[in-house]
Amino acid sequence: MINMKEVIETNSMIQEMNLDVRTITLGINLLDCVSDRIEVLKQNIYQKIKNKAKDLVRVGNEIEKEYGIPIVNKRISVTPISLVAASACKSIEDYVEVAKILDKVAKEVQVNFIGGFSAIVSKGMTSSEELLIRSLPEVLKQTDCVCSSVNVGSSKTGIDMDAVLLLGEIIQKTAYLTKDHDSIGCAKLVVFCNAPDDNPFMAGAFHGISEPDVVIHVGVSGPGVVKRALEEVKDADFEVLCETIKKTAFKITRVGQLVAKEASKRLHIPFGIIDLSLAPTPMVGDSIAEIFETMGLEKAGAPGTTAALALLNDQVKKGGVMASSYVGGLSGAFIPVSEDQGMIDAVTCGALTIEKLEAMTCVCSVGLDMVAIPGDTKPSTISGMIADEMAIGMINQKTTAVRLIPVIGKKVGDVASFGGLLGHAPVLPVNSFSCDAFIKRGGRIPAPIHSFKN
Amino acid sequence: MKKTIITVLGKDKVGIISEVCSYLAKYNINILDISQTIVQGFFNMMMIVDMNQSSKSFLEIVNDLNQIGQQLECKIQVQKEEIFDQMHRI
Repeated sequence: MINMKEVIETNSMIQEMNLDVRTITLGINLLDCVSDRIEVLKQNIYQKIKNKAKDLVRVGNEIEKEYGIPIVNKRISVTPISLVAASACKSIEDYVEVAKILDKVAKEVQVNFIGGFSAIVSKGMTSSEELLIRSLPEVLKQTDCVCSSVNVGSSKTGIDMDAVLLLGEIIQKTAYLTKDHDSIGCAKLVVFCNAPDDNPFMAGAFHGISEPDVVIHVGVSGPGVVKRALEEVKDADFEVLCETIKKTAFKITRVGQLVAKEASKRLHIPFGIIDLSLAPTPMVGDSIAEIFETMGLEKAGAPGTTAALALLNDQVKKGGVMASSYVGGLSGAFIPVSEDQGMIDAVTCGALTIEKLEAMTCVCSVGLDMVAIPGDTKPSTISGMIADEMAIGMINQKTTAVRLIPVIGKKVGDVASFGGLLGHAPVLPVNSFSCDAFIKRGGRIPAPIHSFKN
Repeated sequence: MKKTIITVLGKDKVGIISEVCSYLAKYNINILDISQTIVQGFFNMMMIVDMNQSSKSFLEIVNDLNQIGQQLECKIQVQKEEIFDQMHRI
């Protein structure tokens, strides 16, 4: 039988170390909503989401109460809209209309984000996909809950450099249109290489075409729990360090597994995957950077940081895989700058630079995330930064992502403030040497040699 | 049989167990196991209970016990057992 020590351990993880289920994300296929008439398409999308998601928030709240575990977000991901709206949307305005209907239904079913205003263009763009990308500045300005992602490369296909070039301009334009709120539109747009079909975390969640009609994915988090566990083994060697992370990851993932199974049963929707990602929040103690400090680094960014992140990411995956039969999504450690107080401090005191962050993305689960850069950064420079990240993902067969925020009107040293979970970030300096001629070549980078596994 | 764990945490004083137990008895909730300690003046109690025969729903019981907790100036938590089982048993 359960003993008091175990009960106290679980409850102190929740109450003192911020253990939570970060999101229950309901994936909904919208391919059966397709119509060549935009009004019909909008109506179909509205009806299907409303019908499938109507009980999501209520069930989430019930589970939260019964097990005493906070479920912070309830969210929806949908089929990439560039596929769903291809025959109905003939202009940017049409795509904005579709985004508004997603925003409306998301608010009605009370989820805080809906992801999937997306395009997968890793080998080239169809005209519909290009139109969707061009609509993003207006979409991200005119909607609140809609999140967008564009997959511009993969280890199988190479990198679509035309899309990379275009996205540099789109990100800059989105920043400009939302400049009154520190360019927050860019916080809702992720550029991916090797994007997973089943990621429950925003802003990059979409319901991939390999998924069933509806599915429940659950994202669990708990950097605070890992940090506290590591404080207990401060002077131990790497074996003990790794073992501690693994065991902690196991416990955290099991909570996610329970919530996922329960949500699946009550909503009569199949369970997809658990994504165990150590996702920080701006709260003190809920930080990846503080884990590094507990491991023995003075600040995140000090020499040794990449190694520390590599072992953290790997042990989290190992513990998670043991705890659930279906681990997926991005599982590992996130390093968003603005959402992590320890990272913000490291950037502010000069310990952490964009170049070090880029190195860290080789071994973390995602990429350059929530990084504020000067508002006057050239679009081609943004494209260059995207291309670098995509190359890391393509060659290393991992997911990489870029969520850069050129904060209009702000320069290095200023602070951009996004509010809530998105936090605030000091503007980081960007290498100002030009990559214009390289980025503007056009075409695509071929698939790497190791893609020929057949 | 699905079990529920009730934990009570707060400053020690007369009548905490009595108050909680009378509520449980009144609504036909059976106590299967009870353990209690006092650490640095703080009262720490855990009960394993069976509420399957109760006349009240789980969420009603959670709300009632939260209120009783406020009166007693301590924190009462009611959680289904699976969360602890999942985390601590392979």
